[in-house]
Amino acid sequence: MSLRAAVAVRRGTLDLAVDLEVADGEVLAVLGPNGAGKSTLLRVLAGLLPPDDGVVVVDGRTWDGDGVHLEAFRRSLGMVFQDALLFPHLSVADNVAFGLRTRGTAKAAARAAAEAWLERVGLAGTGGRRPAELSGGQAQRAALARALVGGPALLLLDEPLSALDARTRLVVRAELRRHLADFPGSTVLVTHDPVDALALADRVVVVEDGRVVQAGTPEEIARRPRTDYVARLVGLSLLPGTGEGSQVRLDGGATVAVAEHATGPVFAAVRPESVALYVARPEGSPRNVWRARVVGATPHGATVRCDLAGEVPLVADVTATAFAELGLTVGAEVWATVKATEVAVYTR
Amino acid sequence: MRRRLAGLAVLALTAAGCAGADGAEPRGGDELTGTLTVFAAASLTDVFTELGDRLADDHPGLEVRFSFAGSSALATQISQGAPADVFASADEAQMAVVTDAGLADGEPQVFTRNVLEIVVPAGNPAGVTGLADFAREELALAVCAAEVPCGAAAEDVFAAAGVTARPDTLEEDVRAALTKVELDEVDAALVYASDVDSAEGAVEGISFPEAEQAANDYPVCVLADAPNPAAARAFVELVLSPEGREALAGAGFAAP
Amino acid sequence: MSRHDGARVPAPLLVPAALGVLFLALPLVGLLVRTPWSQLGTQLGAPGVGEALRLSLVSATLATAVSLLLGVPLAWVLARSRARGRTVLRALVTVPLVLPPVVGGVALFLVLGRQGIVGSWLDEAFGVTIPFTTTAVVIAATFVAMPFLVISVEGALRAADARFEDVAATLGAGRWTTFRRVTLPLVAPGVAAGAVLCWARALGEFGATITFAGNFPGTTQTMPLAVYLALQRDPDAAIVLSVLLLAVSLATLLLLRDRWLGRATA
Repeated sequence: MSLRAAVAVRRGTLDLAVDLEVADGEVLAVLGPNGAGKSTLLRVLAGLLPPDDGVVVVDGRTWDGDGVHLEAFRRSLGMVFQDALLFPHLSVADNVAFGLRTRGTAKAAARAAAEAWLERVGLAGTGGRRPAELSGGQAQRAALARALVGGPALLLLDEPLSALDARTRLVVRAELRRHLADFPGSTVLVTHDPVDALALADRVVVVEDGRVVQAGTPEEIARRPRTDYVARLVGLSLLPGTGEGSQVRLDGGATVAVAEHATGPVFAAVRPESVALYVARPEGSPRNVWRARVVGATPHGATVRCDLAGEVPLVADVTATAFAELGLTVGAEVWATVKATEVAVYTR
Repeated sequence: MRRRLAGLAVLALTAAGCAGADGAEPRGGDELTGTLTVFAAASLTDVFTELGDRLADDHPGLEVRFSFAGSSALATQISQGAPADVFASADEAQMAVVTDAGLADGEPQVFTRNVLEIVVPAGNPAGVTGLADFAREELALAVCAAEVPCGAAAEDVFAAAGVTARPDTLEEDVRAALTKVELDEVDAALVYASDVDSAEGAVEGISFPEAEQAANDYPVCVLADAPNPAAARAFVELVLSPEGREALAGAGFAAP
Repeated sequence: MSRHDGARVPAPLLVPAALGVLFLALPLVGLLVRTPWSQLGTQLGAPGVGEALRLSLVSATLATAVSLLLGVPLAWVLARSRARGRTVLRALVTVPLVLPPVVGGVALFLVLGRQGIVGSWLDEAFGVTIPFTTTAVVIAATFVAMPFLVISVEGALRAADARFEDVAATLGAGRWTTFRRVTLPLVAPGVAAGAVLCWARALGEFGATITFAGNFPGTTQTMPLAVYLALQRDPDAAIVLSVLLLAVSLATLLLLRDRWLGRATA
């Protein structure tokens, strides 16, 4: 175990208590809504904020705990912030070399290492520029080089992609993934974007209101969310209920037919594209058919995402063409069907 | 120590010019009303304030206001049209600035004279005895700058005594020189006898024979553009009266 | 980082702004109109003028240097420290701004005069007396001018993004290194502006100087003192000296400004 942390911070309305373990070479994503305490957690790991209680141990060395508080500048870490935060008064190369210079590397060697890293992140030849002359994506790449150049034991990424426009984010995310794969230390990535977490992390912890509410691989999180927040993030409708063999009785009273055998407290999860909508009750006798009312409709490329209210609250994706042909509007009464085989069931 | 601090702060402020109040018995007559504005040399601060109070007590409808400052500053202000009724100068030269500009009503009259005195801190720590001590290199000494009347007078007395003075500072006015003695920051300064009287206690005065060589005549006049000429004439009369003489003598001034 | 080139000034701003310019510029125009240009050569060549000008420039520059040395760290403490006495400290810093300079001079006597709390000790221990020396001129100028620097730099520090200091810490920079290599360069424009204000205030300093340092040509008579005394005798001479002081200080500031601007846009 390379990073082991159990920290508690209480300030104002925030009450944070989180345990983490991250192995060497592993990337842990901390996923959660704004105000959940993610950034505070990262500041504690960086040493910028002493925890009220708890331990932070990296490579067997205690950074926090047992009466120890190692200050940020004594910790072997690199950190990338949302806004890159390159020093505006230094050239790009001097920014990257900064951490080496403060730790005693000679000027020429630091400069050479900085240039090498700039090349690695695809910024060869920009070392002489001022940060203001870089695009957002370039600045974030330079910030990554600055964080990694000293070979830290711990890499902290605080919403590293959220300040970028959508197209740039795709490109930088792919590059970041490559660099993280090469990084031998532990990485903690804080984000509120599930795509970042799922694309970059080996493991994900979901933090809500200062507590870990779910932990697992990205696949587990995506397929079997345990809170409405995560379900919404990964685009699933989460239906808590009780397993009764081949059906799940929802807490609201309705039943959902399932293909697997289910008992005890379970979640039933339905993907939006599995939900079909009809104006009239469909022919034949599908096992899952419910009356519903369209309460929201948001265009999403070629599909329209419809929020449905009724005995089973669902989200349905229909093609824009179908949406028009069915004459759907907000307030429309519809029939919704889902095949039993399309319903995922897992214990609560 | 604290009392001394407070006293010095007050000193510094009065050097910039402000007036205290002193009562006197009221007499009859109320033909004078309105506001009387007197521009007077800073050395007259205490005695003129007292005379002004007497005049105001005699004439309940009259308000007397003073502007005390260096004579040259006052002469400049009057030339620039300051609304003053009376001008009392510490020397003839500055009065001449006003009369030459045709701003005086009638001839100015000399009402008192002032002679220089050596002033030393209480106890005279440096053992100063006469003008000759102003040539001693090791003493901290203040005299007025040659540009202001007390400095011109100082040059005259040093010439008369054959002393080459070695001052450490040439003060911009006589009160500034006095303040430095009161603060015990200089061993001696040359100021007017009236100033020594005004700072009684904290300092000691030493008179010297050459002082008569450079006695300063103080002229006073009613101004041609006086907004309140009647009150102005009454004030000048009071200054020239035996009562005024007595007050001036009490403040260390010599008879004209 | 957008610039609004040729942005139009709203009328409610334009009129007061124009009045403001007039108010500030007209006295200067008055001085220039009254300047006896034919006497310029003789007045400027008068004995003591060069000395007073040199003394003014040297003492204002030294005062600015001392203010930078003491004032920038003080501004940092005011802006960043969470110490309890900070509010009191900030009030203390502004004391010289509200104190009439003459009173400031008296206060300096009480501390550094030969009878003063510190001055008497200096006198006894080292035989050093400060009043009536060029050192006293610099001290008086520093006393009245340093608050301008401190307030400017404190404002710049408050406006600066403190997250850069966090970044520096994560890159291994201790507090001192962070201050030198990150904080100070970030607030450099504020420091420069403060230094200019400080220098200008020191150059025009009169009251505390004439009280604490006295007036003696060559050692303590700065330009403002020379101007004041000239005014007693010859107003024309005073105007010439004022115009000279103005010209030299404006030229210096414009020169420095160009250098700074040149560097900032390089």
